[in-house]
Amino acid sequence: MPPVKIYTLSTCGHCKSTKRFLDDNDVRYDFVDVDLLQGEEREKVIDEVKQINSRLSFPTIIIGDTIIVGFKEDQISEALGL
Amino acid sequence: MSQISAEQVEKLHAQLKSIQEPKGYFFNKDSQYVYDLLEGLLQNRQRYGYACCPCRLAVNDREADKDIICPCVYREADVAQYGTCYCGLYVSREFNEGKIPVQTVPERRGE
Repeated sequence: MPPVKIYTLSTCGHCKSTKRFLDDNDVRYDFVDVDLLQGEEREKVIDEVKQINSRLSFPTIIIGDTIIVGFKEDQISEALGL
Repeated sequence: MSQISAEQVEKLHAQLKSIQEPKGYFFNKDSQYVYDLLEGLLQNRQRYGYACCPCRLAVNDREADKDIICPCVYREADVAQYGTCYCGLYVSREFNEGKIPVQTVPERRGE
């Protein structure tokens, strides 16, 4: 299973759906709720996201080398090999 | 940040429903999803002083964030094109009737 990292917002419904989908499929993942960050750490993470998604929209999902923006179940499943 | 109560969410739900439905904007039929988003709006109002979109990153500057204060300025075009607003809170009647395919709404902001 490829490594999974997601950038999310704590208040975002699509982000919660993404986490629920990964949990339901027993996928281990790291996540960062960007809206809960402060100061330098927040700026650093915002730069990270902009590198791969200039629109700075959420969820931004990294599965191995695949980047998916938004809760797109079919693309996520395919990237995970489910 | 103090906890948002169920009563606060229900009160907001009733308020918005009575205002928005006559304008043709209905809450998503997924009520738990709507509940979570309304809670997110109240959390954002609590931390920023204004209820900005739960699915967009606010910068805690009302002027800079004014386009994403809910209902966002993108709602009309998004609901017209996709049957749902960006975060999925407001939808068209046809969307709730299953006549429109569910798809991810791309971010218009900054276009």
